[in-house]
Amino acid sequence: MSNTSIALLSNDFIYASMALFTLAFFAHAVEVAWSVKTPAKSVKKTKLDFSRTERVGRLASAFMVLGFLLLTAGVIFRGISADRVPWGNMYEFSITGALAFSGAYLFALKKYKLRWLGLPVSLAVLLTLGTAITLLYRPSAPLAPALKSTWLVIHVSAAIISGGVFLLANCVAGAYLILDRYEQKGVRPIWAQKLPSLEVLDNLSYRLVALVFPLWTFAVIAGAIWAESAWGRYWGWDPKETWAFITWVAYAAYLHARVTVGWRGRKAAWLCLLAGSTFLFNYIYINVWGTGRHTYSGL
Amino acid sequence: MSTALDSRSFLRWCWRQLTSMRTALILLLLLGIAAIPGSLFPQRSQNPIQVKQYFIDNPTLATWLDRFSLFSVYSSPWFSAIYLLLFISLIGCVLPRSIGHLKAIGAVPTITPKYLDRMEHFTEIKKVDLDLVEAKLRKMRFRIRRDSNSISAEKGYARESGNLLFHLSLVLILIAVGVGSLFGSKGDAIVNVGDRFINTPTSYDILGFGKYQAEDSLPPFALTIKDFKAEYDPATNAPLDYTLTVLTSNPAGSKEKTEIIKVNKPLTYGSTKIFLQANGHSPIVIVKDKSGKVIFDGPTPFLPQDTNLSSIGAIKIPDMQPQIGFVSSFLPTADRDPVRGGFSSYPEVLDPRLLISVWKGDLGLNTGVPQSVYRIDTSRMERIGLKALVLNESYDFGEGSITFTGWKSWVNLQIINDPGKGYALVGAILAISGLLISLFTRQRRIWIKQGRKTQIAGLAKNGIPGLEDEIKKLVKELGSE
Repeated sequence: MSNTSIALLSNDFIYASMALFTLAFFAHAVEVAWSVKTPAKSVKKTKLDFSRTERVGRLASAFMVLGFLLLTAGVIFRGISADRVPWGNMYEFSITGALAFSGAYLFALKKYKLRWLGLPVSLAVLLTLGTAITLLYRPSAPLAPALKSTWLVIHVSAAIISGGVFLLANCVAGAYLILDRYEQKGVRPIWAQKLPSLEVLDNLSYRLVALVFPLWTFAVIAGAIWAESAWGRYWGWDPKETWAFITWVAYAAYLHARVTVGWRGRKAAWLCLLAGSTFLFNYIYINVWGTGRHTYSGL
Repeated sequence: MSTALDSRSFLRWCWRQLTSMRTALILLLLLGIAAIPGSLFPQRSQNPIQVKQYFIDNPTLATWLDRFSLFSVYSSPWFSAIYLLLFISLIGCVLPRSIGHLKAIGAVPTITPKYLDRMEHFTEIKKVDLDLVEAKLRKMRFRIRRDSNSISAEKGYARESGNLLFHLSLVLILIAVGVGSLFGSKGDAIVNVGDRFINTPTSYDILGFGKYQAEDSLPPFALTIKDFKAEYDPATNAPLDYTLTVLTSNPAGSKEKTEIIKVNKPLTYGSTKIFLQANGHSPIVIVKDKSGKVIFDGPTPFLPQDTNLSSIGAIKIPDMQPQIGFVSSFLPTADRDPVRGGFSSYPEVLDPRLLISVWKGDLGLNTGVPQSVYRIDTSRMERIGLKALVLNESYDFGEGSITFTGWKSWVNLQIINDPGKGYALVGAILAISGLLISLFTRQRRIWIKQGRKTQIAGLAKNGIPGLEDEIKKLVKELGSE
């Protein structure tokens, strides 16, 4: 098969995965919206019955897994078509990033009973893939000379995986803030009754960040080592480097705030969101509109 | 109360404030915020030309921004102040903790609390022999404090060790950065293919030394640019690969060796590395005066303006009377467009054009003001001709003639010596090891107390999960004994 037809096959897989993520999104939406019969006024709220949408919820997870597998195939075929790791321009960063993000969700799904998070996750994955294939798409092509290095595999994979987990932590922190607002007003709405307690959410976003912070540190260090061999200096305050540093500092502050100063709950969640948004800013703004040496978006 | 005591206690208060975690956290966040403007405004250290352009476009604003060091954020007083305070705060926090941690190496855990039933993970089991429990806990590598009817066990000191290692490594990285900027050197040289580069300060176009670096300390190598190959993708014009072949001798004059330099593969001499930084074309012209005498014959490096290497440059002939300057552009593969005019459609030289506008007058080379080699200050000159030359074409501009005879490639060699980077790497590796150790080690205590039954309780630092399972396992094992 020619490289072009493999690239087209990759695109088909991406579209197919988008279809599956769409199905997952609707299934999750159904699960959340119809999970509980509105209890009649006489019925006590303590006995909520979620069995009615259990099946839809499982179906949603199955769609997520299938979507993830199709996306994996899409990313792999993209790599084969270009004969290299699929991390050469922003389209490829985005599809791999969506893969890492959905992968992080599925990993945490098993471990932390996170199915409810599938709704925002599937939406975010859909938006990422949609933007990627419409606005960011570039034909499969060889790498720019500066990217020809083993460090591409090491540095970019570490950065993409960290990004996926950071964004998942952001979703959890976002969910925390929304539920927290409801609880301040009184009780949670019925659809949120099944979601974990605020404390669990708070701990979960902390754990995700603590888990992946060393990997992000490694991504920055690997980038510095690569920069030394490609550009002659390990640190030069290039806009991308600067924002990677800012993200690192923000998450370091988050970890210190939680562990040492004892921030919990709302304050910690906001700090987590702030740190995550510096990552997104770096990815979106600096890649597309920024200057400097990390201009590999291909736009 | 004497004022001496007052000021001393005030200083102590300041020190305590500075080394408090809250201050450190604020400084850390400030450092992140302070780094932002450097990514929004052009920086002198990376892009001096853009800074100059900013001054031309917004003179008043630029002056004000410059007053706050916004064009050199990372060496500005306020940025330095933040990270220096942060590091002082860090050292002030970490050093006492390191000493405390070292002292605690041989220490036994604290005494068992009086009422275990108020602690977390409290369980009661049928009475078991404390010696048995102690043996079991020792096997699990807990530190033990054994009292007559209780055991206090603790594990996970490595968490603090890793934590301290991480923070001390950051200090090492900072020192390494300092060493790199005080010692070492960094320079750029543009060399045409076929030319020889001898590593002395005069061979460089730009060269900077660290504050404490002697200028005669450059390693004595020499290299001759034998060949430069750039491959492009014919479909997208994107570069695929650059290969630079050089003949090297170290020291200059010794036996020559052939070496290859690529974008990700610099040539190394000790802590000095030679990088392939950029490349372009140097058109070759012969300039003759009215009498037909050759005044200039050679290549002139031109500065690429786009990915297809449309390049601009200046050929300056100060030895003619009057002085002559050619403001030029070079199109490796010339094409025409009704809107844009002449442009280059491919980065390789397939159908070259040399566009020149000829100026006569004073080139201004003796004014003492440094000039760009790619531009001509035409303020005291007059234009006397305009021409697009194809290969081997001559043009007579009255005062003489110019012939476009060929081209060469040039490469920009960046030669950098950073003696600090080894330390920075060691610091980075230690930092990440420390981070991994501290984030993935659980520090926890288990207490056992003998009463009518055997009581067990525990406490995990920072509430990290896992202790519950550990205690359950312990209880199960003790029960089965």
